[in-house]
Amino acid sequence: MSQPKTIIEKIWEQHVVHVEPNKPDLLYIDLHLVHEVTSPQAFEGLRMQGRKVRRPDRTFATMDHNVPTLDRYFIKDPVSKKQMETLKENCEEFGIPLADIDHPDQGIVHVIGPELGLTQPGKTIVCGDSHTSTHGAFGALAFGIGTSEVEHVLATQTLWQTKPKTLNVKVNGQLGTGVTAKDLILAIIAKFGVRFGTGYVVEYTGDAIRSLSMEERMTVCNMSIEAGARAGLISPDETTFNYLKGRRHVPKGKDFDEAVEKWQALATDEGAEYDTTVEIDANEVEPQVTWGTNPGMCIPINATVPNPDKASTKNEKDEISRALEYMGLTADQPISSVEIDHVFIGSCTNSRLSDLRKAASIVEGKKVKDTVQAIVVPGSQSIKLAAEEEGLDVIFKEAGFQWREAGCSMCLAMNDDIVPYGERCASTSNRNFEGRQGNGARTHLVSPEMAAAAAIEGRFVDVRKFATTLSS
Amino acid sequence: MEPIRKHKGLVYPLNRSNIDTDQIIPKQFLKRIERQGFGQFLFYNWRFDDDGIRREDFSLNDPKYDNASILVAGENFGCGSSREHAPWALQDYGFKIIIAPSYADIFYNNCVKNGILAIKLSEKGVEQLIEKAETSTYELTVDLEKQVIQDSEGFEATFEVPAYHREMLLNGWDEIAVTLTHEDKISQYEQAQ
Ligand code: SF4
Repeated sequence: MSQPKTIIEKIWEQHVVHVEPNKPDLLYIDLHLVHEVTSPQAFEGLRMQGRKVRRPDRTFATMDHNVPTLDRYFIKDPVSKKQMETLKENCEEFGIPLADIDHPDQGIVHVIGPELGLTQPGKTIVCGDSHTSTHGAFGALAFGIGTSEVEHVLATQTLWQTKPKTLNVKVNGQLGTGVTAKDLILAIIAKFGVRFGTGYVVEYTGDAIRSLSMEERMTVCNMSIEAGARAGLISPDETTFNYLKGRRHVPKGKDFDEAVEKWQALATDEGAEYDTTVEIDANEVEPQVTWGTNPGMCIPINATVPNPDKASTKNEKDEISRALEYMGLTADQPISSVEIDHVFIGSCTNSRLSDLRKAASIVEGKKVKDTVQAIVVPGSQSIKLAAEEEGLDVIFKEAGFQWREAGCSMCLAMNDDIVPYGERCASTSNRNFEGRQGNGARTHLVSPEMAAAAAIEGRFVDVRKFATTLSS
Repeated sequence: MEPIRKHKGLVYPLNRSNIDTDQIIPKQFLKRIERQGFGQFLFYNWRFDDDGIRREDFSLNDPKYDNASILVAGENFGCGSSREHAPWALQDYGFKIIIAPSYADIFYNNCVKNGILAIKLSEKGVEQLIEKAETSTYELTVDLEKQVIQDSEGFEATFEVPAYHREMLLNGWDEIAVTLTHEDKISQYEQAQ
């Protein structure tokens, strides 16, 4: 029998176009997703050199970062408007399919790729966006690239890549009730740090991962980059195939059965070796809240904010002090005592239909605290529509949430959805960096359920207790 | 891309780790469709307050660093978003070389593609450089061919850049042109699918 391999090695080997000593491998790219922010300079580069897009049929574009979520046809900022128009012109010029602002498929690039069935097991997928790791949930090798690399892929459909090291993140046991995929990935980053994945591709394995739905797997893989890993993936299984069946770009009928056979063979072989393995027990994971200015600065809901005086190194002490100051928190303060001003349910981490359903189940029949402004931004227009068909929009609106149009929105506040200076937001997105949601804005990352409960209470609460009170 | 071989320049120390690309260049400046002119927005929220007034307490605003071309920073530099606007802003501001114990993968690649040399140096080495640059006007000479860093006071450290990246930086290659010399192989691969 041939040597057992990881899915990462298998996908790699299937995509090598050219090898040379002392050089990275030239890797073929199956799918290139494009959005308005990181592509204009790449298209301009092609034009300057008189180059074409090699495979427009393997390229797919949408607009998400700048899109207004109130009135999508009214883009106040002329620079944003210009950037969106430029994408449209570029797609027309180079023959690239585009889910434009008025297209029913429009949405966050990492939400619509899977939705349309463009994302499939075994593919190499890139996008000028670090959260491309999301697509790894399907057993694809998917990673973010910069604009020069976007240009390179447009022109050649390949990339020079150094074979990454492999890292197995094994999640044993099962998540408890009220504990979500978001809590799991936050707990993983808190435990192992924001750098532990640098230089690696992560494969998530273990019983807890197998039990996750596709949408939950996307939440986990999405945040691989917050641990430093460009790509994070999960070997495909029945859950994957069931999700894919019937989607627009997925093979149909007999072709689907054949595809499934190929996809099954991709899963990591029994006994395959990784460069590194770490383990975590899902049973011990609790609902998480970030307190600081990177996603690793994260604690369970019933914990207190760290004290810099207890730090082991001077660097760590400085880092904690600076984060506390920026966040307006005091050392040893219980995180549940922190009052919030805003709630954002959305982003490529947590804006899918199941996320909205779970958040809606928490807020149903309740009211958002009057000091809190809360918005829900579905990840795509089709999610918005599906949610409306189920009446989720009504539940949210009756509770006092605003129900918006699809886009990145307050995840990075490039449009008008900005958290004002010094104000505090419970957010289901993926980055709590300084200024991420607005200059001086204070971000706390949480699950959709935790965000929903925080909207009602005006502060962080343990959603597990919240749900009990709800049912009793 | 401009080749880079040997460079002597003033050091600017930024003693923080995990500096993310949102700090290097905030999102409100990513809307432009040009590649140039991002230097004015570098570390914007650290350099300017909410009203756009220069913050005197941020070290890069100290005139003594006006001509700095070598940035020394803490570990995991450039983490977060893939925005190439980050290296564009650093380069446009005048930085040609970055020295840190470690970098985020995407940021590192983006530097190479733009002819910025991002050097990985031990944590101890970085600490030494930061201390010297914080307390004096401190210059370093970086030689990419020999892969060595030196100052005039006897400090010397070697570093390693992967062979392919080194060649790219030394020659200022257009990577797409290099790749297109393998076009036959790409076509073969596509036909075999
Ligand atoms: S939702 Fe946020 S993280 Fe996701 S692609 Fe948009 S800006 Fe990036």
